[in-house]
Amino acid sequence: MIFGYPIQLIMGQVLIGLINGSLYAMMSLGLAVIFGVLRVVNFAHGAQYMMGAFVALMLWQWLGVGYWPALVLVPIIMAIVGIVLERLFLRRLYHIDHMYGLLATYALALIIEGTFRKFFGAAGTAYPNPLPGGINLGFMFLPWYRGWVVVVSVVICAATWFAIERTRLGALLRAATENPVMVRAFGLNVPLIITVTYGFGVALAAFAGVIAAPIQNVSPQMGSHVIAVIFAVVVIGGMGSILGAIVAGFLLGIVEGLTKVFYPEGSSIVIFLVMILVLSLRPAGMFGRPT
Amino acid sequence: MDKAMLSISRLEGGYGESAVLHGIDLEIRPGEVVTLLGRNGAGKSTTLKAIIGILEKREGSIRFDGKETIRMSSDAIARLGVAYCPEERAIFGSLTVDENMALPPVIAKGGLGVSEIQALFPNLQHRRHAYGSHLSGGEQQMLAIGRILRTGARFLLLDEPTEGLAPVIVKQIGQTIDALKRKGFTILLVEQNFRFALRHASRHYVMEEGRVAEMLEGEISDEGMKRIESYLGV
Repeated sequence: MIFGYPIQLIMGQVLIGLINGSLYAMMSLGLAVIFGVLRVVNFAHGAQYMMGAFVALMLWQWLGVGYWPALVLVPIIMAIVGIVLERLFLRRLYHIDHMYGLLATYALALIIEGTFRKFFGAAGTAYPNPLPGGINLGFMFLPWYRGWVVVVSVVICAATWFAIERTRLGALLRAATENPVMVRAFGLNVPLIITVTYGFGVALAAFAGVIAAPIQNVSPQMGSHVIAVIFAVVVIGGMGSILGAIVAGFLLGIVEGLTKVFYPEGSSIVIFLVMILVLSLRPAGMFGRPT
Repeated sequence: MDKAMLSISRLEGGYGESAVLHGIDLEIRPGEVVTLLGRNGAGKSTTLKAIIGILEKREGSIRFDGKETIRMSSDAIARLGVAYCPEERAIFGSLTVDENMALPPVIAKGGLGVSEIQALFPNLQHRRHAYGSHLSGGEQQMLAIGRILRTGARFLLLDEPTEGLAPVIVKQIGQTIDALKRKGFTILLVEQNFRFALRHASRHYVMEEGRVAEMLEGEISDEGMKRIESYLGV
């Protein structure tokens, strides 16, 4: 017992928190990368996450393609969708106020969500668990799939961090984030960097969607539920900070999970309370550089 | 007279609603070091931005190696062999010295090797893993020049490389410019410090209110010096 609560209950919520945190981390990572390079607040990120889950569902229902191939195929398919969206719509908005990018992606989110609601209904569909069963750890029961979610998210986040902070391609991305005009004046194809970055961010959201499909009900609203939290996570981590997005994602998932144990009524607002607290102490966020 | 490497005629341009350049004409031959002199706001930096193609509003003609570049994007102009070192240096703070150095892509053969760049700027060698945001002004300036020498670009646009730097570093930058001239680079240099300009360049365009007011070459007479001083308001 901890503070009069059974340890199984607390550990169970910590695990759920870690899982939500994994999804938050992967999604805010994509959002942070996109914002850094495009200066667009990608309001369609939730819808792209939802589409990731739905594409996995469609692959399974219509083509019999299972979870493991979907884990690779869906991000690729969605990266292409993202690249098309960027070339068709976002590209036309860079030279005007960033607010238009935000509005355009918000409109895209509404259109995508509405379209899926029309064709699939609002009720949602279950996606089969590819890893049934689990292990009793003594203090708690750990379903295999949930363990897998945490592990794969940590690996994806760490790999993304490494690629951005420690490789030549990442240096290009960081430079384009800081000063795209100068990067272009060196002879580099900045519009291509922007397109690829958007495709990558969308692929990350879609990957999170596939990961979430077996745990959550695959429904058209699953994106809009998560998007507000993701924005809070990015702001708490520090706009544009890769490490901040990852750390804040996992941390806030756990904070949210624990709040469900100790004060369940507060669990849906706790993230925003943390956001207020962090921003009053550190206006640039946990890992943000003050500008 | 050699064929011009860069030839600009009737160049106009500016930012948004405000016009800064009102018909610039100038020519630079291969291997020359030429300066643009003039007061603040005369259009010197804007001229460099027009040449590298980051000035959005530009009209007239800018020919580089005979090719018209007035409608080209800056990346296409850079790939022709033009390299730009801006006044604010534009060192990437989130990149290390090595990463900053490696960022500009090699666009042609004939760039300086890493060891040659290190020989020009020995100070940078101890700072290779430092982030750009942690460098001193002098180190940033050396990095900003150093990183464009690797690429094989033979025409350098240097915007006030000595601004705000200690005399010992200004001297080092001057030696670098001389060394680059010996290696056959062509340089267009914007300078406020006209003693520095006279020491290192062979020709000078004096700009005033977005136009070329005068071109001076070789030894400058006392009377010429007086005129420059009156243009610059010193």
